[in-house]
Amino acid sequence: MTTKYSFIGTEAPRPDAPDKAAGKAVYIHDLVRPGMLFGKIKYSECAHARISHIDTSRAEKLPGVRAVLTGDNSPQVRYGFIKDNFVFKRDKVRQYRDEVAAVAATDPDIAAEAVDLIRVDYEEIPAVFDPEEALQGGAPLIHETDGRGKPKKDNLVPVPWRFVSGDVEKAKQESAYVAEDAFETQLIQQSCMGTAGCIAEFDLQSNLIMHTKTQIPFLAQNDFNQALSAMGLKGKNSRVIVPTLGGSFGTGLDTHGYEFIAILLAYKTGRPVKIVLDREEEFITLSPRQPTRSRILQGCDKDGKLTFREIHMILDNGAYTSWGATTPSVMMLPISSIYRVPNVLYDTKIVYTNNTYCQAMRGYGNPQAAWALEGNLDHLAEEAGIDPYEFRMTNRNIPNDLTPMGLNITSCGHKECLESVAEKLRWKETRGQGRSAVDGKVRGVGMASLFHVGGSGRVYRSDGSGVIMKLDDFGNVSVIAGGVEMGQGFDAALSLASAEALGVTPDKVKVVTGDTATCPWDVGTHASRGAFTSCNAAIMAARKAREKVFQLAAEHFMPRIQFKEKRKQKKDPDYRMPDLDFERMLKPSDFDMRENVVFLKDDPEAPLLHLRLEEILREAHYKEQGTMIVTEAFYDPCNQMLDMKTCRGNLSATYIFGVQGAEVEVDLETGKVRILRFAAAHDVGQVLNRQTIRGQIYGGVMTGIGYALCEEYKTDRGKNLNPNFLDYKILSAPDVDFPIDVDCIETHDEEGPFGAKGVGEPGLVPTAPAIANAVYDAIGVRIHSLPITPEKVLAALRGEKV
Amino acid sequence: MKKLITFTLNGYEVSAEVESHRMLLEVLRDTFDFKGTKPGCGQGECGACTVLVDDVNVDSCLYPAFEIEGKSVTTIEGLIDEGNKLHPVQESFVAHGGIQCGFCSPGMIMSATALLRENPSPSDGEIKAGISGNLCRCTGYVQIVESIRDAAERLQENAG
Repeated sequence: MTTKYSFIGTEAPRPDAPDKAAGKAVYIHDLVRPGMLFGKIKYSECAHARISHIDTSRAEKLPGVRAVLTGDNSPQVRYGFIKDNFVFKRDKVRQYRDEVAAVAATDPDIAAEAVDLIRVDYEEIPAVFDPEEALQGGAPLIHETDGRGKPKKDNLVPVPWRFVSGDVEKAKQESAYVAEDAFETQLIQQSCMGTAGCIAEFDLQSNLIMHTKTQIPFLAQNDFNQALSAMGLKGKNSRVIVPTLGGSFGTGLDTHGYEFIAILLAYKTGRPVKIVLDREEEFITLSPRQPTRSRILQGCDKDGKLTFREIHMILDNGAYTSWGATTPSVMMLPISSIYRVPNVLYDTKIVYTNNTYCQAMRGYGNPQAAWALEGNLDHLAEEAGIDPYEFRMTNRNIPNDLTPMGLNITSCGHKECLESVAEKLRWKETRGQGRSAVDGKVRGVGMASLFHVGGSGRVYRSDGSGVIMKLDDFGNVSVIAGGVEMGQGFDAALSLASAEALGVTPDKVKVVTGDTATCPWDVGTHASRGAFTSCNAAIMAARKAREKVFQLAAEHFMPRIQFKEKRKQKKDPDYRMPDLDFERMLKPSDFDMRENVVFLKDDPEAPLLHLRLEEILREAHYKEQGTMIVTEAFYDPCNQMLDMKTCRGNLSATYIFGVQGAEVEVDLETGKVRILRFAAAHDVGQVLNRQTIRGQIYGGVMTGIGYALCEEYKTDRGKNLNPNFLDYKILSAPDVDFPIDVDCIETHDEEGPFGAKGVGEPGLVPTAPAIANAVYDAIGVRIHSLPITPEKVLAALRGEKV
Repeated sequence: MKKLITFTLNGYEVSAEVESHRMLLEVLRDTFDFKGTKPGCGQGECGACTVLVDDVNVDSCLYPAFEIEGKSVTTIEGLIDEGNKLHPVQESFVAHGGIQCGFCSPGMIMSATALLRENPSPSDGEIKAGISGNLCRCTGYVQIVESIRDAAERLQENAG
């Protein structure tokens, strides 16, 4: 299938790689604006306390300090998904990272010293750190009022998620086998190698120019404009400019306190203000992935067909609410629709605590759901006496199926993914064969599936992505897009898709992103949607551009060829102009274009009848009443917002499937789990760029292995204990001492650009349960909480519940 | 306390007056404006700030600027040849998908360069050990190892 394309599916290197390899890419850390000041933030020293007094007098007197702001001398700016957060806390602090004051100074050292000179007196009040305790009567209230000022009675975040389909109770009674488990997931941190930061500055009309690390430049523009209104600058605009991003992984899905503080400091001082988080601040003051507690039951009939699924979940929201409060809408996708199951009940409580507030991270709730679903599924298979691979195969998703949630499954490679992983792990020979210890070590294999949005996800009223295509006199094509390159390979996918769709070579394409003043609107680069929506928009814009090119060709092709022929004749009097049928070159529909060359559709090989794109463009441009080609397209996928009452709706234009499997070795003496082999098979629709897609999956798997085995953001009464890479362990190169087989299954989705589906997030979704299921196969005990540390394995071997 | 330090930076002798508490990373980025060397953690944990000092890879965030007196420093910018030509190690990272967000890349490439100078044909295990001090969150290291394997071949071809 791939042979019909010139560039789609090739191993093309990324267009952004050479500058990054040379150290020339400009990250927020590297960006300098004339007259720039440096901002620094004073954070809370308590988890829950009333602020009785803030003394900034010593900070103000420090030479080099240009502004000191607190809630007392700055406008009240609200932010957050339900506007329950304030830029500076006036009355009380609800978490350790709460911002209470900030300074701008001429030098970062002075700013840091000034922050140390600010004294805040607190009156501590009772705090609550456990979400279940926070739900009990008499628990301290984190928020006394909601975002609208109405008194609150409990610590529930007012974003309820509940999905019911069929009759779960009846199905439970009728099931031949039922398995019940309780699962937990931990806090983890996105761990971008480049920390977060921004530079805020105002022009002389009081419009904001904001260089910032974000995945949502246009929603951020909206948030910043609201902040300008709160500052008394109603009607003023924000221009958001995105520098090169050192990873993002969900951290850029919300606007942050430090961004609003930079804005306030810049307005106060009239100078650009830069705030870049150091590594400790990045750990402590950005929002990690939500920890969850789930109680899950699934049942099946005597043949192993799933009858029902019931999940009750509690999410620790932390002290404020980000977009992370909508992660249950994504958890709901696999919970309602992975494997075919008719009766489903899912409810979630999202609970305020005095812990750090949580946010989106790659996978957006799906890894937490998969952890419970896939562990319990193995348990159920065992109850039913069926091999877990066969059990999955029996219940697998199939193409052209409508799920209880109203998800319209079209292309589906679940079966092929299952088969691929089983083959790579030599499932039939290895499963259940490694429990006899050799040198104190046992072995096992396990697998888990994933189901995720593959055709964007309509979590906002518009799910659109715009693309502008601008062709110049040299045949270059600027593809100006609203999406964001954050390392995932957006530019690489979009440049290939644009080149393929337009009929030019990728070296002629320049992807331009990251400026709300020049780029078309895009809801944001999340939900694995960047390539899916922007490449679809590029295909639409390219179609329009081709129409225009062929219109110009109908006008200029014949005279241009005649001109060239005459010139040849002039140079060489012996040259005989061939007999050309110019009648064939008069209609736009006569032409085609490939690899920068316009030619006759029905005579593509005729060498004399080839014109380079730029020749036609220049002919059309440099004449009286000339013209140039710029086209635009806005692609908004055929998907639906969820109906919030019923939680139904076709959230994505298509869905993605995948299966991962691991062979592990468990040391019975130390409890250490070692991965011997890993297999990842993903239904990607169509590979756009073979090099970047592999990178996406490898990277996802490694983060997933970190989630499974070693990453944990540790807290004690709301305070982070490991804000650095020594104590917060992400994988390093020597940890990857096993082969990883990546298999991209191509199901050629009809909605996808060239058949492609989104692949950004899925790499890490089923990784942890696949490993846990392998550990179970090895030791015969199930681990219910992440990460699977040696301590937990040893405790499990001793018969303790972990 | 301030002191005038003189050292070789990417082949040129340079001098600067620096304060005693400054690290090499700050001097490279702020005094000499070589911003290719990245500040990832400031604590020697991530390796993003790796540069070569007398051909040995070091975390410049932990390297006191005073100590650099008389030594030779190569940063990521110093690998690039005349005519904007990437070094073979940089070329390999571009060709083999060793770069995603790119924030770890300069440090990773410097460690790889040091490794290949020391050991021109490393095994995969030696490659992984050679970059064990350089963290990457995007790639899962697989294509980085492929890149360094390819770089070893390119360098040997160039030498041969």
